[in-house]
Amino acid sequence: MNILSMTAVELSRAILAGRVTAVDAMEAVFDRMESLEEKVHAYITADREAAIRRAQAVQERIERKELTGLLAGVPVAVKDNICTEGILTTCASKMLSGFVPAYSAEAVYNLEKAGAVLIGKTNMDEFAMGSTTETSAYGVTKNPRNYDHVPGGSSGGSAAAVAAKECFFALGSDTGGSIRQPAGFCGVVGMKPTYGTVSRYGLVAYASSLDQIGPLTQDVTDCATVLEILASQDAKDSTSISRDDTDFSTALVKDVTGMRIGIPRDYLGNGVDSDVRNRILAAADVLQKKGATVEEFDLKLVEYAIPAYYTIASAEASSNLERFDGIKYGYRAKDYDGLHNLYKKSRSEGFGAEVKRRIMLGAFVLSSGYYDAYYLKALKVKALVKKAFDDAFSRYDLIMGPVAPTTAPKLGESLRDPLKMYLSDIYTISANLAGLPAICVPCGEDSKGLPVGLQLIGDCFQEKKLLRAAYTYEQSRKETCGDARAI
Amino acid sequence: MAKKIDDETIEYIGILSKLELSEEERQQAGTDMGKMLDYIDKMQELDTEGVEPISHIFRMENVFREDVVTNADAGEQMLVNAPRQKDNMFVVPPTF
Repeated sequence: MNILSMTAVELSRAILAGRVTAVDAMEAVFDRMESLEEKVHAYITADREAAIRRAQAVQERIERKELTGLLAGVPVAVKDNICTEGILTTCASKMLSGFVPAYSAEAVYNLEKAGAVLIGKTNMDEFAMGSTTETSAYGVTKNPRNYDHVPGGSSGGSAAAVAAKECFFALGSDTGGSIRQPAGFCGVVGMKPTYGTVSRYGLVAYASSLDQIGPLTQDVTDCATVLEILASQDAKDSTSISRDDTDFSTALVKDVTGMRIGIPRDYLGNGVDSDVRNRILAAADVLQKKGATVEEFDLKLVEYAIPAYYTIASAEASSNLERFDGIKYGYRAKDYDGLHNLYKKSRSEGFGAEVKRRIMLGAFVLSSGYYDAYYLKALKVKALVKKAFDDAFSRYDLIMGPVAPTTAPKLGESLRDPLKMYLSDIYTISANLAGLPAICVPCGEDSKGLPVGLQLIGDCFQEKKLLRAAYTYEQSRKETCGDARAI
Repeated sequence: MAKKIDDETIEYIGILSKLELSEEERQQAGTDMGKMLDYIDKMQELDTEGVEPISHIFRMENVFREDVVTNADAGEQMLVNAPRQKDNMFVVPPTF
């Protein structure tokens, strides 16, 4: 039996049935890492002995029937901006090079309650700022499908770990596409739920009004199952919401009859690779054959979402990252002259270039004299973007399109021109601005063999529609191309 | 035409951001920010007269709760991460 060929759901069933142990699964993950991690570098922290000890403890609780959850014994990788008690959490920054949290994020706590076992912490863009996982202070992660290409970002380590089968599933965070885009580039499933569905307690904040934690998985069934476990209202995150419809796995139904799906014309227009466009149109065909109606429409304001996003995200980042001052935790400069100089030097030495760039832009758009013209303007644009989606969802159940205009770029290409990198987020950031749930599922490859990601966006609280359509597409594709998960 | 971010503005942004920039970094920051603002200025094309700005998608109201301690004293654990500590306190340079 090849443990690594199982999905998370299949593995937990096998473990609960006594056919495999949590320890076997963890050993398999680390054996896999031994042969691949040198090339992929998906993890920042992964301690084999500690992980095996955690797996042993969970296995004992499974055998005592104390743990019977949906993820019993399943090894999980967690993005390094999500706090894990007693385990290094660096945000891929020199700033937090020695930071060991005293508590775990609520999302991690929920996973552990369901029986999942932490493998380690995955690489990412520093403080989740980037789209390629190249701004990490701990080296770049490479795309397991082609080592010359980036895995996407900022949850690139999580996506790469799932694609390389160096874990059974992973957690990421999505502020402007940071789960969906790397999922697309690596050929796995990734989902950002409706804002507030998963507690942000213990997620190191980048842009609090946009950040959401979500799963990266091998298939849609795992995605629904993990999200079901992650979702919870939490008194420790006052923006988390109470929902009574989090039984997401009930949406795994192969049927899209009568579903109305719209493709924004701009999502297939200028700047989109022809291979990407063709794969999306082919996916539209599949859903149409299964009973959905698919048509193109004009989604307004697409080109205004990016400027609004970078204004709001940078503003919130400049405020959120003020806490890193070299006093209570994190990096402190060796030489300094007085308190203010300590702050300045610690921050200047601790943060990388992209983080500084966004902090400064944020400070600028919030400064008096520019606040109304930039920050307030962006909040108004956000309101208009939200309204454009409200209009769209009065006519369509779902919106579909590519997750990004291209497949994964080559390593090093994106860093040369930050603005160009920002523009590649065009199809993902609107969902964050409007708080919408969105999922990315693999939909084939381009001519170079790199994965193309299909993105489905739903109205707030419509995760079930998303999952149903994604599941229907995945299953239909499996019938025609064999196992959609195979690398 | 790239927006001109003058030295004075960069200096001011550096103060607001609590960042100490080398001469090279200042130049780069000016260029990068100028390019970015040129791009962000696209927003100005949109007529937003009378539009209510929104920060959170759902109408959020203050969430109140009783001020009750639910966790144990984690003071020692918190200090573990401090760059410098002494007698259960964070050590900072003189502030006078």
